[in-house]
Amino acid sequence: MTMLQDRPTNTKLISKVPDGALVDKWDNFKANAKLVNPSNKRKFKVIVVGTGLAGASAAASLAELGYRVDAFTFHDSPRRAHSIAAQGGINAAKNYQGDGDSVSRLFTDTIKGGDFRSREGNVYRLAQVSVNIIDQMVAQGVPFARDYGGLLDNRSFGGAQVSRTFYARGQTGQQLLLGAYQQLSRQIGLGGVRLFNRCELVDIVVIDGRAAGIVTRDLLTGELASHAAHAVVLATGGYGNAYYLSTNAMNCNVTAAWRAHQRGAYFANPCYTQIHPTCIPQADATQSKLTLMSESLRNDGRVWVPKNFDENRAAHEIPEQDRDYFLERLYPAYGNLAPRDISSRAAKRLVDKGLGVGPLKNGVYLDFAEAIGRLGRPVVEERYGNLFEMYERIAGENPYDQPMRIYPATHYTMGGLWVDYELQTTIPGLYAAGEANFSDHGTNRLGASALMQGLADGYFVLPYTISNGLAPLLNKTVPGTDHPEFKRVETEAKVRFQGYLNVRGTRSPDYFHRELGKLIWDYCGMERDRNGLERALTEIPALYSEFKKDLRVTGTGEGINQTLEKAGRVDDFFQLGTLMCKDALTREESAGGHFRVEYQTEEGEAVRDDENFCHVAAWEWTGDENNATRHEEQLSFETVQLATRSYK
Amino acid sequence: MTHLVSNLTLKVWRQNGPADKGKFETHVIESITDEASFLEMLDVLNERLIGENKEAIVFDHDCREGICGTCSLMINGQAHGPQRGSTTCQLHMRSFKDDDTIVIEPWRANAFPIIKDLMVDRAAFDRIVESGGFITSPTGGAPDANLIPVPKPVADAAMDAAACIGCGACVAACPNSAANLFVGAKLTHLNLLPQGQAERYKRAEAMVDTMDEHFGSCTNHGECSAACPKEISLDVIALMNKDYRSAKFKNRKQLSRK
Amino acid sequence: MSTSTPTRQPVTATAVGTRKRRPLLLDLYSTAVGKKYAMAISGIAMMGFVMFHMLGNTKMYLGAAELDGYAEFLKKLLYPLAPKESVLWILRVSLLGMLALHLHAAWSLTVLNRHARPVRYQSARDYQEASLASRSMRLSGIVVVMFMVWHLLDLTFGVVNTIGTDGVYVRSEVYANVVRSFDRWPVALFYVVANLLLGLHLAHGAWSIFQSLGWNNPRFNAWRVAFARGFAAIVVIGNISFPIAVTVGIVSV
Ligand SMILES: Cc1cc2nc3c(=O)[nH]c(=O)nc-3n(C[C@H](O)[C@H](O)[C@H](O)COP(=O)(O)OP(=O)(O)OC[C@H]3O[C@@H](n4cnc5c(N)ncnc54)[C@H](O)[C@@H]3O)c2cc1C
Ligand code: HEM
Ligand code: FES
Repeated sequence: MTMLQDRPTNTKLISKVPDGALVDKWDNFKANAKLVNPSNKRKFKVIVVGTGLAGASAAASLAELGYRVDAFTFHDSPRRAHSIAAQGGINAAKNYQGDGDSVSRLFTDTIKGGDFRSREGNVYRLAQVSVNIIDQMVAQGVPFARDYGGLLDNRSFGGAQVSRTFYARGQTGQQLLLGAYQQLSRQIGLGGVRLFNRCELVDIVVIDGRAAGIVTRDLLTGELASHAAHAVVLATGGYGNAYYLSTNAMNCNVTAAWRAHQRGAYFANPCYTQIHPTCIPQADATQSKLTLMSESLRNDGRVWVPKNFDENRAAHEIPEQDRDYFLERLYPAYGNLAPRDISSRAAKRLVDKGLGVGPLKNGVYLDFAEAIGRLGRPVVEERYGNLFEMYERIAGENPYDQPMRIYPATHYTMGGLWVDYELQTTIPGLYAAGEANFSDHGTNRLGASALMQGLADGYFVLPYTISNGLAPLLNKTVPGTDHPEFKRVETEAKVRFQGYLNVRGTRSPDYFHRELGKLIWDYCGMERDRNGLERALTEIPALYSEFKKDLRVTGTGEGINQTLEKAGRVDDFFQLGTLMCKDALTREESAGGHFRVEYQTEEGEAVRDDENFCHVAAWEWTGDENNATRHEEQLSFETVQLATRSYK
Repeated sequence: MTHLVSNLTLKVWRQNGPADKGKFETHVIESITDEASFLEMLDVLNERLIGENKEAIVFDHDCREGICGTCSLMINGQAHGPQRGSTTCQLHMRSFKDDDTIVIEPWRANAFPIIKDLMVDRAAFDRIVESGGFITSPTGGAPDANLIPVPKPVADAAMDAAACIGCGACVAACPNSAANLFVGAKLTHLNLLPQGQAERYKRAEAMVDTMDEHFGSCTNHGECSAACPKEISLDVIALMNKDYRSAKFKNRKQLSRK
Repeated sequence: MSTSTPTRQPVTATAVGTRKRRPLLLDLYSTAVGKKYAMAISGIAMMGFVMFHMLGNTKMYLGAAELDGYAEFLKKLLYPLAPKESVLWILRVSLLGMLALHLHAAWSLTVLNRHARPVRYQSARDYQEASLASRSMRLSGIVVVMFMVWHLLDLTFGVVNTIGTDGVYVRSEVYANVVRSFDRWPVALFYVVANLLLGLHLAHGAWSIFQSLGWNNPRFNAWRVAFARGFAAIVVIGNISFPIAVTVGIVSV
């Protein structure tokens, strides 16, 4: 193991992981954290932006403690946050199945899965509180799947060797979010939380180096308003939509995190994005988003492409000898169950070669004919019936007769705002939670761990760390919205939005988003290489300047204007896209979701460079999106030994 | 395989704000691939409108996979369009034929005021949940998750009801603009579970009373369940009615005991 | 446009007990769900009435003496424990009360529902489940009431009945009154139409009561619609058999 103590460390990037043995760190933190007296809690106002799993759970918990909470969401209701779409499940080290799971095993799996690019202290805490999450959610009425004895059922997920995933049909995210939403709603009803719905954060106000509040835009009226608080939490989700096509909801965006970045919060590991291998391929040029199909399909489906470039027979007419079951061929040990990134890249290479299937030749087959023959249709129907139905609804083809077509798609972003052990960004008083922070997943998130992390942050971490941060502020005055800085930032935002309207060019924001997404996908997607990234770093700025000259936003700034909203979001994606490529270019190794073609073994496996890259890259805004400054937080592994990930 | 659907006549409701009278606007879609989803068809139309320097049609949507409940739309007189058990975002153009006329209206109900064009405000649903649609369990105080076994059939029935996505199609489809299916679903979800028993009757009374302030009444037409993307059964309404009646008696008893 | 503006204000109270306390039944009746209880209970009472009314009337097939005797029997319910006609009057008054309740609830729910959608859909609706019966409850109900008024004027008060053999309407000659009434074909027709509408009303109503009263059990749910249709069919077939019998001469003076 190499420790790189000699490298310069930025003074802002102090992780603040508490002392003590790994297992004691969180307890030590809690034992030493400063508290706010119950009667003093009313004196503090906390702003929570985002009401997904992370935001809703944080807002509800903080309000229960007695803080005054203002919650913001651009959705019409907190229940619509993107967390609602998660299907598979949520991990927790409950070991209800008695199959050898434990907090340390979940911890080790997460560190290894993340390819040794996450912080041990945070990950261990995550594994510890995972247990409480399930208790909490069950008490709230989440109808998790149960066995016939009435106890909770678990399944194994994403290749884990233990069954630690709790699930509620294929709607786990929905049920968890509804639980958190209901708890939040109770607080709204009681007056503990004020909810600002259809209200978007457009900037963050920093006064004397501390987060003083936010500026929002009321999406219904276009009005800008300032809100001051003692602490601000961003739980605004991930930025997968930078790729335009992703499995994320249409309105997911990076604006909140990006504004924070521009105001001084470091942005960590932007190039760490996760690709999911089994999505329904793009069907046509009008496609607006991609839909995920559960990975469990690979348990019985066989993945193949035709061997011939000019194949034009229907799938079932292609004889065995003309098919290439490439996963079985390339990775005989794992076959169709090869890990997410490995199988995604294998599919991509064949499609890039021109062997793709479907009208746009942009997918590979996932074939159930063999399984139907072996198990009989009823069994297949019982296992996958609802997924088949969903597929048929979207693709218009019946997977019982024709193989499914699948292709990888962007799914999750491990990068995000850099936070310390207390989930505080480099701006004091500004916290980030959920997918919005750079989080505990390193370069690669395990299936069913995002829900866990969002709820851990909101329920069990932030309430403690925020108190710790607020206690010293007791009886000190913080700037109010009458402070000139709020007015200044408001004016800036006004000018920005008026700016979009004033360009009066010829192209819609969607057009630019699509073009930008293609660039990022091509150069900073499943595989990256130096040439491509360097090209991206000239093409993205070129497109960006076209955006600034040729954008067209119709309508006005008053009243609801979805085109205008979109313009602001695309603007931020442009700047983020540049940073993603820069980050990918400067990380000269392959690890997890970041695969640099230059750094791979002969079998196509990622080659990490622990000597030079065992760190978090945290980027500082300099005022020019093309010239961010890179800082490093060194990662040290005391408990888990750095090792090469192996699936052979 | 991809086909084109051609010559569609769209009659889209345009209304510039809650106070405007509003009217149908006609657009012709010369052709569109049948792989496109209904909302993608509207995306295409919107790009064209922007190209013509006109305002895009405002409509609500987000996940586009039938789970967030954001999309709405009354399509040819049916909430979420002609396909059963699905949302507007899950509807594809292959459900339509060449030369079809498609009429698109927003949800209409007093409790769902129109914001603009096809977008409505469904906050009344949130108000109902805020009044009692939860189990009080403050963070940190929960017992072990396996302490109380929940019989599988009960958990399954609760899940059936909990599948509600809060889209409002039930209200939109109901000739009376009643929200009984929505409220019944939430009550059934929480009232069936052992964890929900302590507040069962308080919850029933509070939610139904709040519902009453905003929505119409149930005539048991069954339109709600037919329009529901999650096909939630009318049974949840019966359960709500029963619990509400019991609530009126039980809550009184509890109150007088104070 | 009378829609309210978008609200963002949360409710202020979460617990029970904030509403003004009223006497229990009034409290229940003040909500839409409570009104449906009233409709269902009054509906059941009236269902009981129409069923017994129909069954009693089948005595006309046994001849004048039986039917007239039956009318006399009704007057003597519980006699001599209770004075003559007293029980009958109690029944009549409670039925009228039930009808009034049913009407009041129907009226106020209708008003509520109109308010719940002040601006109708501007294009045609394509209903999936709502039936002719469920959508015409108000119409069928009103016709039934009009019919009931006529029916009372005709056969109870004799105001619109044709005069009897000796020139005076004799109330106790029930059998003869019925026959003379139905001998006029428009009356018979009205009777048939009104009863078909009653059947329509019950075909939905007798199912609806289960939902409104929260009587829901997977074991018997499948029977609820069958029960409603069966009930409606029996009442309607029974009732319209009378004018038909008169018209074709099976029953005559
Ligand atoms: C299809 C799919 C399936 C998935 N399945 C799983 C799974 O099975 N298991 C698992 O663990 N994870 C899964 N994930 C990942 C997981 O769902 C997400 O990572 C997680 O839910 C993110 O939660 P969050 O609270 O951080 O953010 P979100 O739920 O995205 O919430 C973001 C919130 O921030 C608000 N917001 C954002 N920007 C602003 C702004 N500028 N102003 C105001 N409000 C703002 C939004 O309104 C929203 O309320 C899946 C993801 C996808 C896409
Ligand atoms: C007198 C005029 C009547 C009117 C105007 C009337 C009107 C209505 C209306 C509007 C409903 C539906 C209410 C709703 O669900 O919103 C209804 C339901 C019902 N009616 Fe009537 N009705 C009348 C007479 C009767 C009679 C005579 C009977 C019985 C024989 C009857 C039995 C029922 C029943 C059983 C229901 C179902 C109640 C429920 O939904 O729970 N009605 N009536
Ligand atoms: S957009 Fe989410 S349900 Fe349709």
